[in-house]
Amino acid sequence: MAKRNTLTLIIILALFVFAICALIYPLFGREEMRLGLDLQGGIHMVYEADLSQVEPGEEASVIEGVMAVIGNRINPLGVTEPIIQRQGKDRILIELPGIDITDKEKERLSRVAILEFGELAADDEEAKWENELGRWKPATALIDGEERVLTSRYFKENTYVDRDDLGRIELSFEWDEEGSKLSEIITGRLIGKPLGMFEGDEPLLGEDGIPIAPTVQSTIVDRGVITGLSYNEATSLSKQLNAGRLPVSLKILYDQTVSPLLGVDFIDMSLKAGLIGIILVMLFMIIYYRLPGVLASLALIFYGALVLAIFKLVPVTLTLAGIGGFVLSIGMAVDANVLIFERMKEEFRTGRMLGAAIEAGFNRAWAAIRDSNVTTFIVCIILYWLGSSIVASAPVMGFALTLFIGVAVSMFTAIVVTRTLLRLFLGTPLAKKTSLFSAYSGRE
Amino acid sequence: MFDMVGKRFLFFLISAVVILIGIVSLVVFGLKPGIEFSSGSMMTVSFEQEVAQSELKQELVNLGYPNVIIQRTGEGDFFIRTPELTGEDKAALESALSARFGSLAEREFYSVSPMVAEETAHNAAIAVAVAAVGILLYITWAFRRMPRPLHYGTCGIIALVHDVLVVLGIFSILGAILGWEINLMFITGVLAVIGYSINNTVVVFDRIRENLGKGISPDFEVVVNGSLVETLSRSLNTSLTTIFVVLALLLFVGASIQNFAVVLLIGIIVGTFSSLCIAPTLLIVWERGEWGKFIQWLPLPPAKAKGG
Repeated sequence: MAKRNTLTLIIILALFVFAICALIYPLFGREEMRLGLDLQGGIHMVYEADLSQVEPGEEASVIEGVMAVIGNRINPLGVTEPIIQRQGKDRILIELPGIDITDKEKERLSRVAILEFGELAADDEEAKWENELGRWKPATALIDGEERVLTSRYFKENTYVDRDDLGRIELSFEWDEEGSKLSEIITGRLIGKPLGMFEGDEPLLGEDGIPIAPTVQSTIVDRGVITGLSYNEATSLSKQLNAGRLPVSLKILYDQTVSPLLGVDFIDMSLKAGLIGIILVMLFMIIYYRLPGVLASLALIFYGALVLAIFKLVPVTLTLAGIGGFVLSIGMAVDANVLIFERMKEEFRTGRMLGAAIEAGFNRAWAAIRDSNVTTFIVCIILYWLGSSIVASAPVMGFALTLFIGVAVSMFTAIVVTRTLLRLFLGTPLAKKTSLFSAYSGRE
Repeated sequence: MFDMVGKRFLFFLISAVVILIGIVSLVVFGLKPGIEFSSGSMMTVSFEQEVAQSELKQELVNLGYPNVIIQRTGEGDFFIRTPELTGEDKAALESALSARFGSLAEREFYSVSPMVAEETAHNAAIAVAVAAVGILLYITWAFRRMPRPLHYGTCGIIALVHDVLVVLGIFSILGAILGWEINLMFITGVLAVIGYSINNTVVVFDRIRENLGKGISPDFEVVVNGSLVETLSRSLNTSLTTIFVVLALLLFVGASIQNFAVVLLIGIIVGTFSSLCIAPTLLIVWERGEWGKFIQWLPLPPAKAKGG
């Protein structure tokens, strides 16, 4: 018995050390807590794509193209973990944590996607774009006496990625009638020279971060291929070219933009709230239950470290509401201990020895602990579903997840940890002093 | 032994008064839906210079936002709530404001389109309904071994409805006075409160069942009172520890989580009251069929005449 308790204690201590290490050091590649938008700033937007011009059956590929374009626009912003997701039929969700974005940059993210082709400008010519490959101007040609720019609007069909006879990657494209005339003049003039591709102010980038600018090998009239790209590059470029072929306008359905400066305050404030909450609960437990209260407080510290370590390792995205759920779970975590201690007190009053009262308290309180936490679990599951079904999901899901994890872990710490500590304590001389057990001394 | 159940009519009166005031407020003022449910835009801006709220309001009305709602936050920033703004609307609004009041920093911007708002309201309603059904099923299961499961279940549900009515009523009053809105976090808070309150009720009812089995008294009222007193310190202690942490949240995190923390605070207090003072005493009233007695007990002149 005593051996088993010591073993349990060792496991508990090992878990505690592990949790603390996980919080301090980067473990399993988790450097820091993952914070939600409201805590680290950033944007969360949902667009609705206008698919009314798109032929049925093509929606998926059009949306994919638009997403590739948005991804390309996000790249230069330097976001570490951007999320771009298709939602439902015609929606695109983007989440860019931790960035401070101007209204102009935000606007640019959702602009209609048209790709322009460019050629190198001569030294005395005005350049529209500049990058490490040189100074660029739009590739234009005169059609019926009018200067036109070669853009992605002139693609006849969607471009596609294929392999040639030698198995090399090819991106095939086909111009419409007017595009063919433009292409014939422009590529005829640019043989041996690069043809750049630009979207707004930015060049399209390859996997290596270098702008994509294939060299023109021969005059291209109605159809041609681009070679020399990796498979990923070709697929991504193809999607972007296709998005520019059938420009789709995006409407903002939902926009949450938080300045990163705002979040810093919240982290401090919620840390303070959590800490003060824990201290108040511990003080109360110690004053009311004395020694068992001290042990419950130790279990609570263990609880806090373990839950935070789980949040970091899973990782759970912490939002303000999620921290609210965690702080709430601290208050509820001691509920199991309160149930047990009250039961212990009653058992002691009916004349049992201290050790027997402790065991009976734990055994009899278990049913109430289990039943009373079920409702919280039901509510958490429903809230999580609600969160996952709506656009403004982060706070609801965050709360549901942290409260669920918190209550689940608290059942373990309140029962296993407190019981082990109490049992071990029974073996020491201090256990003879029943005054340490507050109300237990008042045996009737 | 401390007599809790003997004061049952007093408890009923307190609840009835609070709920009645809440219902009047709900009918007169209603609840103010936040932009998640009603669509619109909301931004938090901070000005470098001191700006008077009335002047800001006047300026926004002049700019063509007659129904704008402005609130000052604790840090001296302003919440500005308008109908849904497009990118251009917002740029125009901000440049007009900075032209009038000096440079400003946008701390937060939040915009919800009518379509998303409608979906959110719809799904939140489903979630509340599913939660209600889930908890009903749970109550039916938890009370299956009770001598009269229907009585216990119904009293548990009445206590829940009681809690929700009180929270809604108080929020309607807060909405009318302070302009507080019903947002997603409010719904989340209410559901958390429901879960919390029912678990207190289950603990009390569980003890009643146990004591009935032991046969400590033939008098149902004595059994209920004994069970209540036995579980009293547990119920109060758990509520107290939870109230501590919610108070810490309310005091230290402030505005952004205020509504949520207040819902939890009110809900925990009301939930504890209902599971100790309403649900178990209703059992006695039902058991004895003394519904009419409450009316007689009320210190109303005609009731007195009848009682005499």
